[in-house]
Amino acid sequence: MKLILNEEQQFLKDTAKSFATEKTPVNHFRSLRDSNDHLLWDKEIWQEMVNLGWSGILIPEEFGGSNFGVAGISSIMQECGKTLTPSPLFATAVLGAFAITQFGSQAQKEELLPKIVSGEITTALAIDESSHHNPAKTEFSATSKDNDYVLSGKKIFVVDGSSADILIVLARTSGNSGEETGLTLFIVESDADGVDTIKLSMADSRNYANIIFNDVTVSSERILGSPESGGETVESILDIGRIAMSAEMLGNAEAAFELTLDYLKQRKQFGVLIGTFQALQHRAAEMFCELELTKSSVIAAMHGADENSNELQRLASLAKTISGETLHLVSNEAIQMHGGIGVTDEYDVGFYLKRARVAEQIFGSSKFHSERYANLTGF
Amino acid sequence: MEQLENFRQEVKSWLDENCPASMRNGADPAIPTDEVWGGRKAQYKNPESKIWLDRMGQKGWTMPTVAKEYGGGGLSKEEVKILNEEMWMIGAKGPLLSFGIWMLAPVLLEYGTEEQKKEHLPKIIKGEIRWCQGYSEPGSGSDLASLATKAEDIGEHFLVNGQKVWTSYADKADWIFALVRTGPKEPKHDGISFLLIDMETQGVSTKPITLISGKSPFCETFFDDVKVTKANLIGELNAGWTIAKALLQHEREFISKFGLASAMGSGGKDIVSLAKKHLGEENGKISNGFYRSEITAHKIKEHAFGLTLKRAGDEGGKASPTASMFKLYGTEHNKMRHELMVAVTGINGVAWDGDEFDDDEKNLTKSWLRTKGNSLEGGTSEVQLNVISKRVLGLPS
Repeated sequence: MKLILNEEQQFLKDTAKSFATEKTPVNHFRSLRDSNDHLLWDKEIWQEMVNLGWSGILIPEEFGGSNFGVAGISSIMQECGKTLTPSPLFATAVLGAFAITQFGSQAQKEELLPKIVSGEITTALAIDESSHHNPAKTEFSATSKDNDYVLSGKKIFVVDGSSADILIVLARTSGNSGEETGLTLFIVESDADGVDTIKLSMADSRNYANIIFNDVTVSSERILGSPESGGETVESILDIGRIAMSAEMLGNAEAAFELTLDYLKQRKQFGVLIGTFQALQHRAAEMFCELELTKSSVIAAMHGADENSNELQRLASLAKTISGETLHLVSNEAIQMHGGIGVTDEYDVGFYLKRARVAEQIFGSSKFHSERYANLTGF
Repeated sequence: MEQLENFRQEVKSWLDENCPASMRNGADPAIPTDEVWGGRKAQYKNPESKIWLDRMGQKGWTMPTVAKEYGGGGLSKEEVKILNEEMWMIGAKGPLLSFGIWMLAPVLLEYGTEEQKKEHLPKIIKGEIRWCQGYSEPGSGSDLASLATKAEDIGEHFLVNGQKVWTSYADKADWIFALVRTGPKEPKHDGISFLLIDMETQGVSTKPITLISGKSPFCETFFDDVKVTKANLIGELNAGWTIAKALLQHEREFISKFGLASAMGSGGKDIVSLAKKHLGEENGKISNGFYRSEITAHKIKEHAFGLTLKRAGDEGGKASPTASMFKLYGTEHNKMRHELMVAVTGINGVAWDGDEFDDDEKNLTKSWLRTKGNSLEGGTSEVQLNVISKRVLGLPS
């Protein structure tokens, strides 16, 4: 595995870079935040992304996609992360597209994948039930009744949950909370009877929801993958999500660092540029090193996913741990090095801090993934 | 393609005939092993070490990409890859450790005259001459360019006077490549030259340095009215600083890779197994949670650092200011690794001598102390941070 992008992937990354700088600079996010728009992403921008083929990157050609792989979509996520571009890319083009492509039945694929590619539907993955990510602790229940299942419980912190048309929901069909077995994934329409969506307001001003299922009846044909093996299936989907999110977080960190470096080269105090101070230079150099380690981890993980490496789980946890730690460091230092202006709402750098802390939690924090890495490695 | 396949066959049969049994997989463990540095003073516990060096040196395969006219192997990159693969297949030992190969040869190839290349490269490649590096001085550590060892122009020769310090293996080396002041009136960076000196010349003497870890390869090297022919000047007079900087990058990259290799290698010294041995194990896990999380954080960084070295290779990276990053990270990481090993080994991790402790424990103490020099030699960590902030990030001076 070579830790560089191939031509195709580099092309996607370059395209995404121009798109993000021209169409969705940070001001695009700022105006969405300041509007009362419930989506918190822009439909026209999403349609442009769809037209560029980004919704189909993980989808096979027979269903209208391009099958450019995890490295392709992650490179786009990284560039969009630089300008804090909000869109359904993560929940739909990564999670929904991957889940259905990999684990969907032929009928599910034929029904849903073309609609994802065309932008007709968006999706969301509903996993968490408490303030810390822990799929094994799923209590949300699905009880078999005739040829159907009855879903009941509450899912929280669902990315794009307030707008998605299709929900992919992890439910317990047997066993007890804390067990990795006995779990099953279901595909549920968000407008089904008994689905109650509560929009969340989070620090990063993005689209999240808590979703309550009041005895929602779902046909057994809507099971994603095999019943009772949802624990394994969902880990595989989550790992792809973790890798793509790590790429976005790398983009966040790169941009916050760049913004800070520019500031060090412009801002004068005591009659000199503050970038001449060794106290700041050394901290900037340390961040540079951490960013280099993050780039390597993310690119190894995305290629690991495309090559179906037997190291994939460890690489995903490595990427999410390192990108989380680096973004944490850089977002804090960016504020401190900007001084007073860094804590004003008028200046962009605070957006990176707010986004950082939320993204760090998505599908497991650095601590969660350090523990997982240790268990997988036998420490 | 076919040519390469033929080359592979040639290499295979050459190795088969020429690589001695004790230099490859399945060597008799009773035969003592040598750390082979070559040179006029070399001594061998196993005569096959010398045979292997001579044969590889004759082929020029200790520096396989260097042209044959300079004693190298004259191989293409693809051929070198094949050679490495075939050596790896039979577990062939590297024939030679050499500052000449790692540091001086790249400089000679870039800055040396035709005569200098023909004179020195073949002897480096064959391991006939062992080199040491004369950079630091008692008054010039991080501020290397302030060095004071002077070389006065006395016609056909320079007259060298002064002292070097931290000269690795000076007492075992045959020649030294040294930075000397030839322009005392010029600004400090512009009065330095790069000079080659035979250690057997009248007036050169050495004295070993004892470190906090005990015996060391480091020496002080003294020059007392040493006459050196002007033919041994590399590059232009007073242009030595440029060469020194280029060489430091080779050295920094080398140190960082060495740090990582030693971190990845030697299974007996793995932190995880040490921790399980001394702290206990529950359900396959290190039983102390505090140490377990510290070790995990460290191992995750190690994994990411290893991937970064690999990425630099895949990007075709040559020596660049990012070498400073590898040097900084590699050495700081190695220090931390030793701190953790000492910590999990507990009181036995600070053993010094005597029969109550085993050799591994006593060696751990010494190597832990030795790592404290890693972030000093070849430019301190603080110097690396300066290089990164100025040359990579473009922060103002």
